[in-house]
Amino acid sequence: MMLIFEHSSEGRKGAPQSPAERASTAAIPDNLLRKSRAALPEVSELQAVRHYTRLSQKNFSIDTEFYPLGSCTMKYNPRACNSLAMLPGFLNAHPLTPDAQNQGFLACMYELQSMLCEVTGMAAASLAPMAGAQGEFAGVAMIEAYHKARGDDERKEILVPDAAHGTNPATAVMCGFSVREIPTLDNGDVDLDALKQAVGPQTAGLMLTNPSTLGVFERQIEAIAKVIHEVGGLLYYDGANLNAILGKIRPGDMGFDVIHSNLHKTFSTPHGGGGPGSGAVGVSQRLKEFLPLPVVTKEKGSYRYMTTDDLPRSIGRLSAFMGNPGVLLRAFIYMRLLGREGMIRVAEFATLNANYMMAEAKRRGFTLAIDNRRASHEFIITLKNEAREFHVSAMDFAKRLLDLGYHAPTTYFPLLVPECLLIEPTESEAKEALDGFMDALEQIKNEAETNPELLHAAPQTLPVKRLDEVRAAKQLDLAYRAE
Amino acid sequence: MLEAIGVDSIDDLFDEIPAHLRASSLEAVPEGMTEMEVSRLMHERADSNTRALCFMGAGAYQHHIPAAVWEITTRGEFYSAYTPYQAEASQGTLQLTYEYQSMMTALTAMDVSNASMYDGASSLAEAILMAVRGNRKSKSRKILIPTTVNPGYRKTAHTIVKGQQIELVDVPYDETSGTATLEKFKQTAEDDITAIVLQQPNFFGGLEAVDEITDWAHENNILVIAVINPLVASIVNPPGEWGNDDNSKGADIACGDGQPLGAPMSAGGPYYGLLCCKQALVRQMPGRIVGRTVDLDGRDGFVLTLQAREQHIRRSKATSNICTNQGLVVTASTIYMSIMGAAGLENTAAACHANNNMLVDKLTAIDGVKKAFDCSHFHETVLQLDKPAADVLAALLDKGILGGYDLSKDYPELGDAILVCTTEMRSKEDIQAYADAMQQVMAATPLEGLQETA
Repeated sequence: MMLIFEHSSEGRKGAPQSPAERASTAAIPDNLLRKSRAALPEVSELQAVRHYTRLSQKNFSIDTEFYPLGSCTMKYNPRACNSLAMLPGFLNAHPLTPDAQNQGFLACMYELQSMLCEVTGMAAASLAPMAGAQGEFAGVAMIEAYHKARGDDERKEILVPDAAHGTNPATAVMCGFSVREIPTLDNGDVDLDALKQAVGPQTAGLMLTNPSTLGVFERQIEAIAKVIHEVGGLLYYDGANLNAILGKIRPGDMGFDVIHSNLHKTFSTPHGGGGPGSGAVGVSQRLKEFLPLPVVTKEKGSYRYMTTDDLPRSIGRLSAFMGNPGVLLRAFIYMRLLGREGMIRVAEFATLNANYMMAEAKRRGFTLAIDNRRASHEFIITLKNEAREFHVSAMDFAKRLLDLGYHAPTTYFPLLVPECLLIEPTESEAKEALDGFMDALEQIKNEAETNPELLHAAPQTLPVKRLDEVRAAKQLDLAYRAE
Repeated sequence: MLEAIGVDSIDDLFDEIPAHLRASSLEAVPEGMTEMEVSRLMHERADSNTRALCFMGAGAYQHHIPAAVWEITTRGEFYSAYTPYQAEASQGTLQLTYEYQSMMTALTAMDVSNASMYDGASSLAEAILMAVRGNRKSKSRKILIPTTVNPGYRKTAHTIVKGQQIELVDVPYDETSGTATLEKFKQTAEDDITAIVLQQPNFFGGLEAVDEITDWAHENNILVIAVINPLVASIVNPPGEWGNDDNSKGADIACGDGQPLGAPMSAGGPYYGLLCCKQALVRQMPGRIVGRTVDLDGRDGFVLTLQAREQHIRRSKATSNICTNQGLVVTASTIYMSIMGAAGLENTAAACHANNNMLVDKLTAIDGVKKAFDCSHFHETVLQLDKPAADVLAALLDKGILGGYDLSKDYPELGDAILVCTTEMRSKEDIQAYADAMQQVMAATPLEGLQETA
């Protein structure tokens, strides 16, 4: 499809969206002015609208396709959350508006903090982090600040299970820690003996996702918490999979000291083609004073942002203002729609759907990465046998699924499982969608045996066929330049 | 479904969770509401926020956004799509992002843009980390930052880089011009410096002498990190053209907040951070980057590229822990730039500038109000008052004017000073209304606001 630049025609303008004349800039010295006009497209408003509408139609999305992307919680994003977060009273609020004139917004933020504390079992929360990885950063920075405040300067190491998301080790390094990986047992639980060997006075903390990225609940969580706490470390909860346990068990009750939750997963804010997200953090009492700013508090019936005067030991700011308020509002609205009973249903139906699909996968002859365990809200198929016998890869399965109208599950993650598909249906989907997907997967398994070429050549029905990623990285073309 | 699984109840599916740890009911979470009820609640809360005329900037700006921008952006196919890892099923988002990168490099005159960071402040933090990785001639990990850079950005940068033994050194501004002069940089830079930061226009709305400072930095093997307002860059010399020396032209890294390009103020976000660099630094770039390539049939297509820099591949050795970009806001911004075109951006920016001049002329004609600095301003200006700034702003607010940002916390040395901002949204009548209100407030003795708080 043509680029918007290729629709451009010199001097063409859209409907009047800007002042007709260019006001004088004579007060600005010449040497500070731009010398040539920026080469942006010159198109009519209709051309732009048509171009981007057509581009949108080249996307898979939750609104158009089943999207069982493991670890990403691609649940339905209720439309009310969007339209109500975009009311003019919210959109036109300047971030530095005095608190007294911003009470409606601050009330939502305060209540969101409270609800997050309740569902995670933590003592206090900050909504400042703008994405999961920034939530992780805030969490690990708080762990660092906590040890430092106690004069405990020798804790240089963060432990991370080998099944963890890549953001975990990357975050620990950004915070100045070294990383030690802890192996995982075949049954999906952390290797507790290896953990015991690894901990010591150098241990600052352990970052753990529970249920883990392998799609199972970590049954030894109490023992793990004990090991970490006994050596003076803290336990970090990566909230990537919170959806699986919402209202069933709370991270705070499992012994976690600090958590982040991905509001764009569990609380249904849109993924938006890659963001914006939100990685709100929650902490136990002893980490409260280190929370990132701003935090909203309530005094004498009115709300205000806390500052460094309130939290002098805060790890500081993570953004110019207040994280991603529009995302936070959407999460707030979602939580109010669900209410407490709805939240519990989220975990129940997400788990039911995943376990049903897992049972179906087994019945249809697929190999489960971890057998004889309950699935959490996701589970893993390994295609290592198909790969060996028919010379097809998990990627081939994924691409063929696209042809059949399903977004592919997460492939090649977690890294521990060869040729894997990580499947997370979420609670949003009806049984018909789950069955349709399993039928497609079974069909592809048969095709792998009878006509593997169909898989290798997939996708055939999408706007493009398989793309040359090697060329993309070697012959870098990262921006259009007019010839 | 339960039968297929082989259990009797949904509850059985949670039997691996130790029973004594199971949550009781979530008391502090209210009961669910219908959409009608939530709608009423949100309307009430939205309506309770102020509707005062906004003359506040300081990093977030109220601009007109064409209706088409968010209409298209919130189409489900953009709104509810995931990160475009499955390229063939994500060509919409990928092509749009490539177009965004193209527009942003055109606007900044830089070689490369990534697919966006979280916001301007975190983008500056990542730019600093990038400079430290990229400047192999420097060992000091020392960054000079003038205090004319947005204080929120400086605080954020400090939070994010402090774990990596990087030293952020303040450079004081020149008290007459309110800008970071070459002289002040030279006075602060004693030895090996890795990079400097320059904000154009600076936090005070003033225009920095970017050319001579860039030349000096490059002569001393110092990288230059530009912090820009991308709307203003349609008129003001873009970072890729900073400096007079053709051999070393341009800032090495440019960052800033994309909010002025189609994102509503929305109480602080979501916005997005723009991040651009020279070609030589592309492999130090954090975050997602989209590249154009071809498919099996030789047709053009788009993919996420250079992923070997990123956390999901490199884990602890990645350029950053960043995973998310601000995709949806970038979508809005790309559509915004397409509809506005360069001429539309220029006319908008010029109107902001002219309106601010008009406002400042009117306000400084009032007794007790004067400009703090004598430099050229773009669309923000620092005014010093001979009455307490907080009280003046409170009194203005009573008259329906959000009169600016109180600088007394961040810059106590300026005394009672406020930062005012005017965009193309403010009509002549709005500006006159502010001037009239200020006239009354400055003439009143004692201040109305003061009476209430006394």
